[in-house]
Amino acid sequence: MNGWKRAGRGSRVRLVTTLEEQESTVLRGLVGEVLQMLEAREGESPTDELAELTGMRTGPSKRPEDRVLARLLPDFTMEDADLAAGLRSLHEPELIEAKQHAASAVLAALPTHGGRVELAPEQADEWLTALNDVRLALGTALDVSEETPEEFPEEDPRAPHLGVYHWLTFVQDSLVQARMQLL
Amino acid sequence: MPLSSPATRVDPAVDPDTETTGDTPWQAVVWNDPVNLMSYVTYVLQKIFGYPEQKATALMLDVHHKGKAAVSSGDKDKIEGDVAKLHAAGLWATMQRT
Repeated sequence: MNGWKRAGRGSRVRLVTTLEEQESTVLRGLVGEVLQMLEAREGESPTDELAELTGMRTGPSKRPEDRVLARLLPDFTMEDADLAAGLRSLHEPELIEAKQHAASAVLAALPTHGGRVELAPEQADEWLTALNDVRLALGTALDVSEETPEEFPEEDPRAPHLGVYHWLTFVQDSLVQARMQLL
Repeated sequence: MPLSSPATRVDPAVDPDTETTGDTPWQAVVWNDPVNLMSYVTYVLQKIFGYPEQKATALMLDVHHKGKAAVSSGDKDKIEGDVAKLHAAGLWATMQRT
């Protein structure tokens, strides 16, 4: 892909790019993995009678042990552990749902064998969220820091993954730039 | 944040509207993060809070250079909602008493 371009105007404005088949496959795989992690976390939600009666969902009160999930679902406050636990329990279900929604929006718009992708501005926002989640997941797994080089040495097993990470950075940054021009 | 996109230069004296007052006992703080892009953080602040680009950019630069910035303030319910929105967007944000 060569970045996102704007097409059309007014209510018909779209952000457009073309994905190679391999790019489409990589993106589908990564977004799918984030979805699976979120789903597994959802399974950790307590089942309680009160929630079933009221229909109000509650999530787990403990931070995920997995560091990728912990980055995707951070604590609400550092000041007060009880407050952090309560707010997590209260908000985590809706946050997981929002992330799942964004991820599903990407999967729905990805062409199976590559090809043109056209996004309305609201769809672009879902893509930005999902692309960011995928970069957070990969960046956390790769221990990305401000000092991370452009490339790892060829023999480093992380080298291809870092390449994917930088590609995702380009895809997201290009989409942000295009989306900001519509504000 | 990686410097993958050039940030617009802004006047550092821009009022961040996050001064402490009796009516704003809580604030939402965004922390620097090695993954989130400068462009994306700016966009999210514009989108969630309706801040003009200049103000959003100034806050983003504070996050980048100082490690964190208070991006909104208000009562507990409002700030809790703000932090939830920031988390939904993937920013590393927390709430604290002013």
